[in-house]
Amino acid sequence: MVTANTELAYNTKIEGDIVVTKADAVINWLRSSSVWPMPMGLACCAIELMGAAAARFDIARFGAEVFRFSPRQADCMIVAGTVTYKMAPHVRRIYDQMAEPKWVIAMGACASSGGMYRSYATLQGVDQIVPVDVYISGCPPRPEALLDALIKLQSKIGAERSAKTLFASA
Amino acid sequence: MTATADVTAALQSKFSQVTPRPSGDHPAINLPASEVLAVLKYLRDELAYDFLVDITAVDWGVEATPRFTVIWHLLSTTDHQYVRLAMDCASNSEPVAPTATGLWPAANWHERETYDLLGVKFAEHPDLRRILMWDGYPYHPLRKDFPLAGIEVPLPDIEVADLTGASAKPAPMMGGPFVASTGEMNLTDAEPRAKDESWTEFREKPASE
Amino acid sequence: MATEFAFPDNAAKTEGAAQEFQTEKMSLAMGPSHPSTHGVLRLSLELDGEIVTSCDPVLGYLHRGDEKIAENMTYNQFVPYTDRLDYLAPLANNVAYALAVEKLAKLEVPARCQAIRVIVSELARVSAHLLGLGAYGIDVGAWSVFLYAFEEREKLYKLFEELTGARFTTSYTRIGGVARDVPEGWTGRVEAFCDQFLPILEEILSLLTRNKIFQDRTVDVGIISKADAIAYGLTGPNLRGSGVGLDLRKDRPYSGYDQYEFDVPVGSKGDCYDRYLCRGEEMRQSVRIIRQAIKKFPSGAWYNEEAKKIFAPQKAKVLSSMEELINNFMIVTEGPQMPAGEVYFEAEVPKGLLGFFIESKGGGVPYRMKIRSPSFCNLSILPKVCQGNLVSDVVSILGSLDFVMGECDR
Repeated sequence: MVTANTELAYNTKIEGDIVVTKADAVINWLRSSSVWPMPMGLACCAIELMGAAAARFDIARFGAEVFRFSPRQADCMIVAGTVTYKMAPHVRRIYDQMAEPKWVIAMGACASSGGMYRSYATLQGVDQIVPVDVYISGCPPRPEALLDALIKLQSKIGAERSAKTLFASA
Repeated sequence: MTATADVTAALQSKFSQVTPRPSGDHPAINLPASEVLAVLKYLRDELAYDFLVDITAVDWGVEATPRFTVIWHLLSTTDHQYVRLAMDCASNSEPVAPTATGLWPAANWHERETYDLLGVKFAEHPDLRRILMWDGYPYHPLRKDFPLAGIEVPLPDIEVADLTGASAKPAPMMGGPFVASTGEMNLTDAEPRAKDESWTEFREKPASE
Repeated sequence: MATEFAFPDNAAKTEGAAQEFQTEKMSLAMGPSHPSTHGVLRLSLELDGEIVTSCDPVLGYLHRGDEKIAENMTYNQFVPYTDRLDYLAPLANNVAYALAVEKLAKLEVPARCQAIRVIVSELARVSAHLLGLGAYGIDVGAWSVFLYAFEEREKLYKLFEELTGARFTTSYTRIGGVARDVPEGWTGRVEAFCDQFLPILEEILSLLTRNKIFQDRTVDVGIISKADAIAYGLTGPNLRGSGVGLDLRKDRPYSGYDQYEFDVPVGSKGDCYDRYLCRGEEMRQSVRIIRQAIKKFPSGAWYNEEAKKIFAPQKAKVLSSMEELINNFMIVTEGPQMPAGEVYFEAEVPKGLLGFFIESKGGGVPYRMKIRSPSFCNLSILPKVCQGNLVSDVVSILGSLDFVMGECDR
C-alpha cells in the first residue's frame, strides 16, 4: 500500500539532518532578513526614520530594528536628509568604514537629488559620493515608504550572486 | 533704569552722532562705528536692553556705497521692547565693524556667522573663524555678487574628493526651482522662473558630459 | 627605526614619577555623526582623563543656504522652507514666518485664523517637546520614553495630516491667513486627543521625574546661571529653566495669546533637570491653551479678505471667477507686492525665540532675510557649560539643550 507523503515542510525524521539548497539562497536569506541599518540621520527625514523604528510602524517586522550607530556593525546605511558639501566627506568616510557586504538607501528627495535645496551648500544627490541601492521619493517619505524600500532592498539582496563573491575572496 | 518708549530721543541727547533710522516697527537708529560700543554699553547698562538678540549685516549690492550695513537687535528682558542699531561700514572691499563680544558672549557666534556669510570683519574679535561653511571656503555666500547656485570649489576633504571625483559644483537651476530676481526692474523680468533655460520643451537637452 | 628604551632605576623612578606619569590631554571628536548629538554637530573636546577641559562646537554640517534661497523666492514660495528649519515643529515655524511677513505688510488676520494658528502652534510645541523628551531619554539610557512619546506623536501626526495634508512638512500658513479652514469635527478630535494625552503625559513623565538614574544624570549637571543665560542669548525652555521668565506669548502677545490663561514655568537652579521639568510643564500649559482656544473658537473668515493680492485665492474660486484667476496669476508670477522697509519679528517657538529680520525694497521678494534661530544661540553656551564636566555629562547637557540642527545651521 502506498501512502501519500503528508509532510509539507522539512522533517528531520524523513530527510535526516541534511537540506539541499543553493548556497546563494541560504546566504541571501540570512543577509536579507537581518539587515542592520546605520542611521545616517542628517535632517528632517531622520525624524520619519525614527518614526519607522517606533512602535506604530515597527521596522522590526522586517528584521531591521537593530540600529547601529557604529558603521563597523552595520550593513545598510540609510542616508536620511540633506547632505551638504561640508558633510559629504564624513558620509563617505563612514561608508568606507562599513564592512562588506554593504548597501545604501537614499531616503528622501534631498539625499536622492538635492531636493528643494538647489543652493551653493548642498550636494545634489548622495550618489555622487556613495553608490546607492534604493532611492525613496518624498519630502520626507512616510515610514511606509521606508519599509517599502527595505523590502525592495531585501529582494535585491535575494538576487545577488553572494556565494561566488564570498568564496572567490576566501 | 527702564527701556523707555522713546529710546531714540534718549540716545540722541546722550550721543551726538546718533540719528533716527526709518523702520517698519521697532525704534531704530543709525550710528557711526566709533560710537557703537559706547551706545551698546549704554543701552545694556542704563536703559535695560540687556539681551542681545541678533547681529547681522545687509549687502546693498556691488555698486552701492556704503555697501555693507551691520545691524544689531537688542531686547529688554524686563520691559520687552526691542531696539535696532545700524552702522554703515566705511570700506566696501574690507568692511569692518567693532566687536560686541566684550559686552555679550552671545555676540561671538553671531559675528562669526556674519563674517562667514557676508565677509564683514569684526575688529578684535577673539576667534574670527568661519562657522557655517568649512575653513578654507573662498567665498562669502550671502554677498549679492555670489550666485545662489554657487561656484565650483573642491570638497573640504581632499582624499574623499580624489576617491569620488566629486566637487562642490554649482547647483542645477534647470527646470526649477523657480527663483525670482531682485533689484529695480520691471515686474516681467522679476517674476520667478528657472534661472537656467539652456533646454526647454522646445529645445533639446544637451548630451551630458 | 626602533628606539632603545631604558628603564629608569629606582632612585630616578621616584624622583621622576611625576614627570613620567604626567597625563597628556586627549582630543576627542564627538560627531558629526553621533547618536547623541541630535543631528549633525561636531564637538571638538579636549579631555584630561574624563574631564572636559575645552569644548569647541563645529557647526554648519546642515547649512543648506536658506537665507540665500529666501532672497530668490517670493514670500509665499518660502513657506515650505520654514517647515524644514525646526523640523520637529514645522507648524510653529510656519506661523512665525507668516506673522513676520504680515508685520511687514501691516496685515491683521481675522480672529478665527488667529485661533487656528494658536492651536497648531501649541500642538507643534507638544510634539516637539515629546520628541525632545524621547531623545533625551535615549541619551541618558531610558529607551521606553521614546516609544511612548512617539506613539503620542503619531496621534498628532494624524491630526496634522487631516488639517494640512502632510504628516510634518505642513506648509500650512499663507501670508494673510492659513491654507485651508479646519476640517469638520477636527477641533473635537483635537480635544479628544487632549483628554487622553494628559494621563499619558503624566505616565511618560513619571518614568523620568522620580527616576534615580535619571536624576543622577541630570540634577546639578550643566548648571547655567541667570546672568549667563541672558548673556549668551539663550531663549525658550533653556532660558526659563535658568529662572528668567521671558516668554513672548505672555510678554509681547501676538496672534491673540493675551486671551488665554496659562502659566510660564521657570526653573530655580538652571541645571539639566530644571530644563526637563520646564518642558514637561510647558506641554501641560499648551494643552490648557488648546482647550481654551477650542472653547471660544470663533467663526468667520480664516484669511484676511483685504489681502487678496497676497493670499492665494481658493482653487474653487480660481476656476469660476475671472478676477480670482487674474489674482492667482499675478500672485504666482510676480509674488505679493510688499511695501519697502525693515521689520523684525520674533515668535515663541518650542525651542525659543525664532526671529525673522526682513529687509524689503518692495516687490514680491525680500531683499535680505535673516533668520535668528534659537538653537544657534542656545548652542553657543556649550563651550562654557561643558568645561569641567565629565564626558558623559556632555551627552546629558546636549540633550537638555534640545537643539535641532536644521534650524541652527539653516
